[in-house]
Amino acid sequence: MSNTAEELTPDRSRMTISDTEVAVEIKQMNKWYGDFHVLRDINLKVMNGERIVICGPSGSGKSTMIRCINRLEEHQAGQIIVDGNELTNDLKKIDEIRREVGMCFQHFNLFPHLTILENCTLAPIWVRKMPKKQAEEVAMHYLERVKIPEQALKYPGQLSGGQQQRVAIARSLCMSPKIMLFDEPTSALDPEMIKEVLDVMVGLAEEGMTMLCVTHEMGFARKVANRVIFMDAGQIVEQNEPEEFFTNPQHERTQLFLSQILHH
Amino acid sequence: MANAEVFQVRTVEAPQLPAPVSTSGVIGWMRLNLFSSIGNTILTVVGILIAYSLLAPLIQFALIDAVWVGEDRTACLAQDGGHIGACWAYVGDYLPQFIYGRYPTEEIWRVNVVYALFALLLVPMMIPAVPFKGTNALLLLVVFPIVAYFLLTGLVIGDEEILPIVETAQWGGLLVTLVIAVTGITASLPLGVAFALGRRSKMPIIKFVSVVFIEFWRGVPLITVLFMSSVMLPLFLPEGVTFDKLLRVLVGVTLFSAAYMAEVVRGGLQAIPKGQYEGAMALGLRFWPMMYLIILPQALKLVIPGIVNTFIGLFKDTTLVLIVGMFDLLGQIQSSFSDPTWSTPVQGHTGYLFAALVFWVFCFSMSRYSIFIENKLHTGHKR
Repeated sequence: MSNTAEELTPDRSRMTISDTEVAVEIKQMNKWYGDFHVLRDINLKVMNGERIVICGPSGSGKSTMIRCINRLEEHQAGQIIVDGNELTNDLKKIDEIRREVGMCFQHFNLFPHLTILENCTLAPIWVRKMPKKQAEEVAMHYLERVKIPEQALKYPGQLSGGQQQRVAIARSLCMSPKIMLFDEPTSALDPEMIKEVLDVMVGLAEEGMTMLCVTHEMGFARKVANRVIFMDAGQIVEQNEPEEFFTNPQHERTQLFLSQILHH
Repeated sequence: MANAEVFQVRTVEAPQLPAPVSTSGVIGWMRLNLFSSIGNTILTVVGILIAYSLLAPLIQFALIDAVWVGEDRTACLAQDGGHIGACWAYVGDYLPQFIYGRYPTEEIWRVNVVYALFALLLVPMMIPAVPFKGTNALLLLVVFPIVAYFLLTGLVIGDEEILPIVETAQWGGLLVTLVIAVTGITASLPLGVAFALGRRSKMPIIKFVSVVFIEFWRGVPLITVLFMSSVMLPLFLPEGVTFDKLLRVLVGVTLFSAAYMAEVVRGGLQAIPKGQYEGAMALGLRFWPMMYLIILPQALKLVIPGIVNTFIGLFKDTTLVLIVGMFDLLGQIQSSFSDPTWSTPVQGHTGYLFAALVFWVFCFSMSRYSIFIENKLHTGHKR
C-alpha cells in the first residue's frame, strides 16, 4: 500500500503553517445517529496551512467527522467554526462555508450526465456567478494542473478511476477553496492509479493548502502531513507528528492498528 | 519439454483476426437467431406461418380489395357477392369531420394554422442539433398556447369580433384528441415532477399534501373523474358559475396523469445515488439548482420509458371523453356510422381500422422518439 507513496518527495518550502489564523475549530462536538453515539467529545483546532491525516479503523467516525465540517452531516452538540463562521442551521452560513471548503469523496461523485469541463464549471457559474468563459478558463487551468486537459470534453464514465478522482479534485479547486477535505480519496482506486491521485494531493500541499485527509495511505501521511490523528470508537485517541506517530505510538489501540496495516 | 505443452508464453504478439463468417453478416445472424437448433427452426417456421395468416387477410382487406374512390355507399358494395375490402372512399369523404369535428367550415383555416404552428415549433424542438432551444421552448410552451387558445376559441375585443367565437361543443375529431393529449402531456410532466419532489420532501405538510394528491388521483378511475367533472361538479358550484366542459376534461385528465407521472419520477429520483446530492451540496449548490442541474436531468433520463408510457396511456385515454358527450377522433368516427350515405357492411371495419392506424402512428412515433432521446442522452456511464 505504501510502496507507491514512498516515491513522493514533496517540496516543503511553501508548506507554512499560520500561528494565528484558524481554519477549522471543533469544540466539544458530539453526534448521534439515532441512539448511536458516533462522535464523542471531539476537540480539534486546524491552523491555516496545516495538512492533517485522519486514520483509524472503519466505523471509528473519521469520515463522519470531516463531513460535519461542511455540514453533509449535522452535529447535535458542541461547536464547529470554519473560517470564522460557526456552523448552525443558518442556511446562509452553510452556503458560505461550503463555498470555501472543497471536498473529494471516495467514489468521486462526479456528475455523469455532464462533461468533465461542465463538471468543473458548474459550481463557479451557478454559485460564484462567474461568466461562463472565465469559468472555462479556470477549469482548464486546474485540469491542466491535474494533468488531464485533453479529457475535458469527455464524460466521467469514459475515464479511469484515477482520472475521475483527479477531475473531482480539479472540480473542487475551481471554487478556489481555502480548505480541502478528502474522504478516503484513494480507497476505491486500483493500485496503479493511487499514485497519480496522491501526486496531485502532494502538489496541493506544496502550495500551502489547508487539508484534512481521511486516508490509509501511510506513505502520504509520513511525507506530507504535519499532524496525524488517530480515531477509535468516535473519539480522537491520539494525535502527533507523523514520525513520532508511526515510530512511537502511545495508545494501545494505535499500536494495534499500525501493526495491522504496516506489517503484512 | 512437457511443460511446453501445458504452459504457453507468447514471444510474438497474436494478430487480431476478423470474426468467422458463420457468426457475422446476414447468414450468421440468421443462423444464430432463427435456425440455431431444430426447436428454434420449428419455432421460426411456425412464427412465419402465424404472421402470414394474420397479415395476409389484413393486407387483402386494407389494400388489395380496398375501394379508394367513390361517391357514396354503392362504390363500396360488392356487386357480384365477391370479397369486400376497406371502403377508403368513405374515410376520404369524412376526413374533414374526423380532423376538425363540427368546427365551422369557413373557420377551419384557424385550426390549420394551429396545427401548422405546432408542427413548426415542435419539430425543431425535437431535433437536438437545431440551435435556439431556449427561444423555441418559450415560443412553444408560452406563446403558442396563448395564440392557439384565441385562434381556436375566438377573439372578441370590445364589441368587435376579430375571430368569431367557436364553442368547444363544436370541436371534435383529431382536434379534440390532440388538444387534450398535448395539454395533458405538457402540463402533467411538470406537475408530476413537483408532486414527486413534494412526496420526498422533509417538510411534513408538503409531503402530506403530495401523498394525498397522488393517492387520491391514482385511486379513482379516469371515467369517474370525467363523470364527476361534467356531472357532479356543476352541482357544487354556485349558480351561474360554469366552466367549459372541455376545460373541465383537460383539468381532470391533467391531474389524473400528473399523479401517475409523480410516481414514475419518484422512481427515478430514488435511483440517484446519495453521492450525487453530496457532491452537489459540497460544491455549495442550493436545493433548487441542485435539483435542476444535477438530480432531475439524471432522474428523468432514467425514467424516460416510464414517462413515455404514461404519455401513450394518456393519449389513448382521450377516447374516454366520449362518455361525457365530447367527440374525439374515435367518437367522431363512431358517430359517422349512422350516416346512411356510406352505410355498408365494411363501414365499421374501415372506420375502426382508420382509428387504430391514426392512434398507432402517434403512439409509435412517441415510442421511437423516446428511444432516440435515450440513446442521445446516453453519456457512457451505463456499463
